[in-house]
Amino acid sequence: MSADTDTREASGVADAPLVEVRGLTVEFPVDDGGSVRAVDGLDFTVRAGQALGIVGESGSGKSTVAFDLLGLHRGTGARLGGTVRVAGVDPHTAEGDELKSLRGELAAMVFQDPLSALDPYYAIGDQIAEVLRTHRRVTRRAARARAVEVLDRVGIPDAARRSRLRPHEFSGGMRQRALIAMALACEPRLLIADEPTTALDVTVQAQILDLLHDLRAETGAGLILVTHDLGVVAGSVDEVLVMKDGRAVEHGGVAEVLGSPREPYTRALVGAVPRLDAVREPEPVTAAADADGGDGGAATDAAGPGGDVLLEATGLRKEFGRRGARLTAVDDISLTVRRGETLGVVGESGSGKTTLGRMLVRLLEPTAGRLVYDGRDIGGLGERQLRPIRRELQMVFQDPVSSLNPRRSIGESIADPLRAAGRLTDRQVVSRVGELLERVGLDPDWYHRYPHEFSGGQRQRVGIARALAPEPKLIVCDEPVSALDVTTQAQVVGLLGELRRELGLSLVFVAHDLAVVRQVSDRVAVMRAGRVVEHGTADRIYDSPQHEYTKGLLAAVPVLDPEESAQRRAARRALVRG
Amino acid sequence: MTRFVLRRLIGMVVVLLALSVVIYAVFYLAPGDPAQLACGLKCSPAQVAQVREQLGLNEPVYLQYAHFLQGIVAGRDFSTGTGVLHCHAPCLGVSYKTGDQVTSLIASRLPVTASLALGAMVLWLALGVGTGLLSALRRGRFTERALTTLTLAGNAVPVFIIGLLLLLLFCASLQWLPFPTYVGLTQSPQQWFWGLLLPWVSLALIESAKYARLTRSSMLETLAEDHIRTFRAYGVSERALVTRHALRGALTPVIALSALDLGTMFGSAVLTESLFGLPGLGKLLVYSVGVVDLPVVVGLVLVTGFCVVLANALADTLYAVADRRVVLT
Repeated sequence: MSADTDTREASGVADAPLVEVRGLTVEFPVDDGGSVRAVDGLDFTVRAGQALGIVGESGSGKSTVAFDLLGLHRGTGARLGGTVRVAGVDPHTAEGDELKSLRGELAAMVFQDPLSALDPYYAIGDQIAEVLRTHRRVTRRAARARAVEVLDRVGIPDAARRSRLRPHEFSGGMRQRALIAMALACEPRLLIADEPTTALDVTVQAQILDLLHDLRAETGAGLILVTHDLGVVAGSVDEVLVMKDGRAVEHGGVAEVLGSPREPYTRALVGAVPRLDAVREPEPVTAAADADGGDGGAATDAAGPGGDVLLEATGLRKEFGRRGARLTAVDDISLTVRRGETLGVVGESGSGKTTLGRMLVRLLEPTAGRLVYDGRDIGGLGERQLRPIRRELQMVFQDPVSSLNPRRSIGESIADPLRAAGRLTDRQVVSRVGELLERVGLDPDWYHRYPHEFSGGQRQRVGIARALAPEPKLIVCDEPVSALDVTTQAQVVGLLGELRRELGLSLVFVAHDLAVVRQVSDRVAVMRAGRVVEHGTADRIYDSPQHEYTKGLLAAVPVLDPEESAQRRAARRALVRG
Repeated sequence: MTRFVLRRLIGMVVVLLALSVVIYAVFYLAPGDPAQLACGLKCSPAQVAQVREQLGLNEPVYLQYAHFLQGIVAGRDFSTGTGVLHCHAPCLGVSYKTGDQVTSLIASRLPVTASLALGAMVLWLALGVGTGLLSALRRGRFTERALTTLTLAGNAVPVFIIGLLLLLLFCASLQWLPFPTYVGLTQSPQQWFWGLLLPWVSLALIESAKYARLTRSSMLETLAEDHIRTFRAYGVSERALVTRHALRGALTPVIALSALDLGTMFGSAVLTESLFGLPGLGKLLVYSVGVVDLPVVVGLVLVTGFCVVLANALADTLYAVADRRVVLT
């Protein structure tokens, strides 16, 4: 088979682009007999060594394009139109050995969602070896050796030993690396990466992007990077194709498209990206928290009694498990939340930020420490004593899909806390739910609709409405926007800020995305391994971080400017070496 | 793993103890005088009183239960009036009707039911998993519809209809097979096989429908998983996708369910055993309930309960062995 490839290469196609797509359309049949056009007349080319970013929101058809390059829509009932050539092979018509060689040998896909993209039953090394043995006539032993080699190449420490582990024994970042290693196994001429960093922390994301960048430089392979995150493409590709509803909205060099977008849609996308350097819109309430005089008078008015402490945690600690298996998730954390302010809590997965958030609203009982709410220690209160306070402490959850009951209408879900309080009549409950829906930007007539009828952003609005229902004083938002597209993210973040101002709420905003946290927070606490490593006003933390960890986190945040992105990549390397 | 097995064993003992308490209570609350039952209708009141004394029925309930448990662990002695009958551990008492030890009654019938259940399971797994896989891989085609219809029909017909039809066809009309009888495997493997073939087939036809549906849906679910797509995108052939990557995940629930069904089969093969005249546990149970032979009923309930509990533990263990992500606790 590799002989085939060589002849194809030799026979004068060296000049032809690696990927050539002309007028590609993909239509999926739908239940009512019609069809949905997921990709509509798309053109692009990728040359060897070049990188193209395909960017769009969910549902824009970007992944559909990526899948089509390997002929993965064949046999699914999808109707394919236009011409596609990948390394000289037509993925729409190729059969037998030609199709097999296209998949994995000429072009390889780096899949998204590293947890489910690998077979749970086999060792990682065996899975990579299987890919190799599908395409090359090598012994089992040689294939295993190559698997270890590529795992090592993608930076898996102790690759020989780890190659014997199964996917669930790998961390998310390592699994993503393993998927890249799998793609490298047969040294393909084209890498197609479908949202390769979406599920990962910023620092890991930066490592994966740097890895893809280096691999491209090293092997001369082409790269197609499919993502919803403009920050991800900025430092990693040469050209960008912006997609919306299956069509190309804008296509050009990465610097032009991101630097001076021509189309309104691209401009909106670029504008919605949360930026680290974004100065937060001045808000009267925050000034009170900072207490720097100037417009303090107005602030005191807006915040009523004015920025006094609502919730104070001292030496908060949470342990899970017993005896040998004990794990300290939160370790000796002290912080305060004032009335009307937003406290941002940033950290990577496993840093204990969610545990902290849940303790603050007493969904979890602290193992040790004091938690004083409104002058009263609620840390050790029993369920019965907590009940009157419960309604004042609410939570918005990360996953708007699983945190709403799919079998209850959204109106009923929002009404639940009101009914539980038992102070309103049925009629009043319904009208209050209507108000709440309207308040979060949804149509009050949608009371009887079910969660699956809504988009991710709308569902998160429902989650916020539910948290608002019992008129809380404090809402802990646990990664409220991390499952959403950038534009939707911006809207939800905007909504939270607005609600806080109007209702005088205190917010604790827990997130791994540093840029989003800066956008909303007055003060920020940076968490790592259960502890707060740095704590201060947002401006202080972001403009002059003191702790090495904070510096590392900030250096890993993707930026929109390709040039700055390259500088930051160099800076990251220096940081690693230093 | 060892800890899991240990904990499961303790759990099993607890469940069986609870079962024995319940069944002993039923035994005690059952209408009629056990002594009268044991002695027979023609006994004089004096004879009944003697039997009552022999069986220890004059003792308080808790003591009787304690003796019952003691019998299981250490064996116990029964006076027969003239002499002493020693009942070895595990002793489940003595039949009122025949005076035989319950343990030996059950032990003599266990191989029959075990042969029936195990053989049927092998057959229903082969049949069920086979048709299930075939209909999953031929989804939407004629083969699938035909198989679905057949398995549904199999599921809908009760065992005594299928069994009777099979008997009529193969034993009466065509005379290809002997009428089913039980011959011990050790006596003559050949006769054992031919004698049990029809019971196996009729049980398997019914059970396999369930397995076909489970295998089909679980296979389709697995084939739709992301990791299958991963390997398809790497050029792995469809055959290898099924055999290497999908089968293992798809069969995990099948294995777990068949272990459970096997356990249940020990207590519920009554119809099949009666129909084919096989001297198994089910038949013994029906007979003993009919003549109110309470010690035998209690013993049978405990033994079948034990089989079910054991099968449950086995199912959990197999599940964990098949899928390493399952953490046994």
